[in-house]
Amino acid sequence: MSQNRPPKKPLPQPEDHPTTTTSTASSGGGGTGMRLIVPLQGIVQGRGGLILGSLIPCALFYFLQFYPKRRRPPSPNPTTTSSSSDLARSASRLNLSTRGSIHVSARGNTIAKPEDSTYYIGLSKVRGDEYDSLENPDGFIQLGLAENRLSLDLIGKWISENLNDSMFGEGNDGLNINGMATYQPFDGLKELKEAIAGFMSRVMGKTQLFDPNQMVLTSGATSALEILCFCLADQGNGLLVPTPYYPGFDRDMRWRTGVELVPVHCRSSDNFMLSVPALDQAYNQARKRGQKIRGVLISNPSNPVGNMLSKDTLYSLVDFAREKNIHIICDEVFAGSTYGNEEFVSMAEVLDSEDFDKDRVHIIYGLSKDLSLPGFRVGVIYSFNENVLAASRKLTRFSSISVPTQRLLIPMIKDERFTQEYISVNRERIRKTHALFVEGLEKMGIECAESKAGLYCWVNMSRLISPYNEKGELELFEKLLDIGKINATPGSACHCIEPGWFRCCFTTLTEADIPVVMERIRKVVDTCNPFCSKHLA
Amino acid sequence: MMKGLNKQEQLLSRIATNDGHGENSPYFDGWKAYDSDPFHPTNNQTGVIQMGLAENKLCFDLIQEWVTNHPTASICTPEGANDFRDIAIFQDYHGLKEFRQAVARFMEKVRGDKISFDPDRIVMSGGATGAHESLAFCLADPGDVFLVPTPYYPGFDRDLRWRTGVQLLPVVCESSNDFRLTREALETAFEEAQAANIRVKGLLLNNPSNPLGTVMSRETLLEAVDFINEKNIHLICDEIYAATVFSQPGFISIAEIVSENPKCNLDLIHIVYSLSKDLGFPGFRVGIIYSYNDAVVSCARKMSSFGLVSTQTQHLIASMLSDDIFVEKFLAESSDRLAKRHEIFTRGLSQVGIGSLKSSAGLYCWMDLRRMLKEATFEGEMELWRMIIHEVKLNVSPGSSFHCSEPGWFRVCFANMDDETVKIALRRIRNFVLQSKAGSAKKLCRRRSNLEVSLSFRRLDEIMMGNMMSPHSPMSSPLVQARN
Repeated sequence: MSQNRPPKKPLPQPEDHPTTTTSTASSGGGGTGMRLIVPLQGIVQGRGGLILGSLIPCALFYFLQFYPKRRRPPSPNPTTTSSSSDLARSASRLNLSTRGSIHVSARGNTIAKPEDSTYYIGLSKVRGDEYDSLENPDGFIQLGLAENRLSLDLIGKWISENLNDSMFGEGNDGLNINGMATYQPFDGLKELKEAIAGFMSRVMGKTQLFDPNQMVLTSGATSALEILCFCLADQGNGLLVPTPYYPGFDRDMRWRTGVELVPVHCRSSDNFMLSVPALDQAYNQARKRGQKIRGVLISNPSNPVGNMLSKDTLYSLVDFAREKNIHIICDEVFAGSTYGNEEFVSMAEVLDSEDFDKDRVHIIYGLSKDLSLPGFRVGVIYSFNENVLAASRKLTRFSSISVPTQRLLIPMIKDERFTQEYISVNRERIRKTHALFVEGLEKMGIECAESKAGLYCWVNMSRLISPYNEKGELELFEKLLDIGKINATPGSACHCIEPGWFRCCFTTLTEADIPVVMERIRKVVDTCNPFCSKHLA
Repeated sequence: MMKGLNKQEQLLSRIATNDGHGENSPYFDGWKAYDSDPFHPTNNQTGVIQMGLAENKLCFDLIQEWVTNHPTASICTPEGANDFRDIAIFQDYHGLKEFRQAVARFMEKVRGDKISFDPDRIVMSGGATGAHESLAFCLADPGDVFLVPTPYYPGFDRDLRWRTGVQLLPVVCESSNDFRLTREALETAFEEAQAANIRVKGLLLNNPSNPLGTVMSRETLLEAVDFINEKNIHLICDEIYAATVFSQPGFISIAEIVSENPKCNLDLIHIVYSLSKDLGFPGFRVGIIYSYNDAVVSCARKMSSFGLVSTQTQHLIASMLSDDIFVEKFLAESSDRLAKRHEIFTRGLSQVGIGSLKSSAGLYCWMDLRRMLKEATFEGEMELWRMIIHEVKLNVSPGSSFHCSEPGWFRVCFANMDDETVKIALRRIRNFVLQSKAGSAKKLCRRRSNLEVSLSFRRLDEIMMGNMMSPHSPMSSPLVQARN
């Protein structure tokens, strides 16, 4: 991990600079500052001897400008390599011609820049030309969005069988306009909280594990995470995050909050499983740098790998947090999307059974993954800390769930029989699709990490890349897009320390689609370095 | 446990523990009183009547009727279930195309079809609250300032400042010229900021105004546009009450002004809108940012991930607002009902000598209670306000919470209740005024001559007698008659 090597960049214009990592206040002088700094970078790297008199002030200036940046891991964004310019960027291309709008804030400019994470580039490439087995068989196959389309028919069926009255019926249950259109508590209707608490318990295979009074509902898990971030950390503070992690965290957790994500690298030798000693080491290193760590952010089941933390690890995690006096944010959005034989253990379960210091643990949930309703925007903050709940409640003023949607969901989620059936059928379908997908890859000699949950697999394509580094990985990413017309998320977007891993989401595929996907991947495999393909079956 | 509490608080961020949420302002105190003792026409007739919430319930029957007749719109009916799959899965932050088109069209209609809006510039947000916050994030950095004419909606303090670190600088408007915004006031505020070495990033206008209920004249708008162009700062126009205009002078949108003035720098112009007031849908959480600046649209759109409107709601709104016949009928009817309600209310007030600022829009009126203050200070205003909350049992909002420069003004909302409740509210106000006049008259005795005192009483009697016969007057209520 190259903390000493500054991120590689050609002498660019500021807008090409992969600075989604720019923190807000510290690099306020972005534009002109960078023009001055970048040439100095070469000098400081010692490529030429210079009179000390000029070297020291330059180095000092550089140090002050760049120290916050150098602390970060190498930029995950491979856009600096020449081939990236081949990727069409659609409308965002327009922004390249100007130096960011002078009317937009510095914060705004870092956001408004063209997307430089391959995660977002891939997503936008697919838009507008998406594969459809009948209408558009040559379109892009989307394997980069963790969306579950396998069980929507069940929900559609429930609606057609259960919702007989107009939404604004005259009846009871507040289903009239008054209960729908007027101001309601911003942190969610009580009945919906109760329904979701019950649903979450069912998903985790327990009864009454969750207390609706500890819940705050938000418009999507995205805003739930941001709200928690605003509550638990100040600008410039850090959160430890095991890698590889969901690329969206970079934007959602850091963007407006100014909080930094400190990666804790996990390796394939451990199946990318989190270890507390690694967290400890990262924490200490951060302390040495003078960075204040406020918490650990984990996703369990993990995204993008799909493994689950054991009860013991969860216990150790809580111990670690208590020892360092920091928070734990546990993103459990995929809790219901398990397909292995192992049971998922929620953080809530761990805390339930022991007399732990619960004030530092916060769980994120949502209906986008487990219930396939990303459009409805339903997220949950579940916390044992009253102060956090109180602050979050106030913040839901900005991110509240639309009331008619809440009203629609209440009877659906309360329906125990339906949700139980949905959960088990959905799991079975995920398991089946996963098995087919993995099998298809294995036939080509491509292995996946062992995973037990999630809507994706973590695919090892390292033997297909050459050279064995980020550049090679990016080239494969582009080949998959250009030749295979497949969007898969490269590991570098997820900050994976080992190159060559890709996240492939398979839950948008029908059984018939899988052979098509495999065929396309084979096309790409065939174009890879013959040396590489020799290793394949 | 004190140690435990401090330790707890230390675990949280500054944002979580500061007062940025603004809920400690008196604006919300009245709500707390209401929450603990809410008025109900049958169950709790002595409860506090909520007149501090600008909600529009006057046309719910029209909405209910439309939805009942269009079951596919809400997709949560058997007929609508076919659309369900695609809608439930859709999470693109551009929003459904139909939704953006319908909203653009609606905004055009509200403005009399005088200008056109481009659906691709429409960005969603979590209510107008979210829209303001997102714009603040996009346009300003921590420490920057927005100018805001006073009096202004207290929520701005939270929406524009809390998480963004941006500050608000008041531009003082005075009752002497009906609180109109003047160039002098703008320049004064701007110079103040410059002297303090603070960077001004924009001007925030609320037109029609909350809490005043007035619309900005063409001259004022042109003046504002001229000002922001000269200083090269942004103009955020919150037009959330655009369709609550019920009489002349009519509403002129900033969109109209900029379309007529090609010299205006469009990159500086942004509109905030919402369906919460015009349609009465605050629960839907539909906030809209409309910007003429491409970079801002791009930036705000990405930010909308934090406050996307549920696709189910988008679908419903798209259907409803594309129904041209319904929309036209609704806008006309809504305007009509608001006019009537406004008339009843302000007349009821003037009958007891309470004036209010002449207004042609909004769901409230700006009441002038200066003569009822014991002392012309903000403490006096607070004292009067507490009396109104606890004795008269009306939740009205004191002018100080709107940062009004002069004490004695109160905002009172009247569109969130039925006719009966309005009558009750007016009755309570009447009684309160009479009682306090009786009370103050006693004090006046010591200072003024008897003649004057009896005159003031007589005038009051005349007013009351004169209205005795009016069928609309609550005076005809047996209760009041009995007392007299």
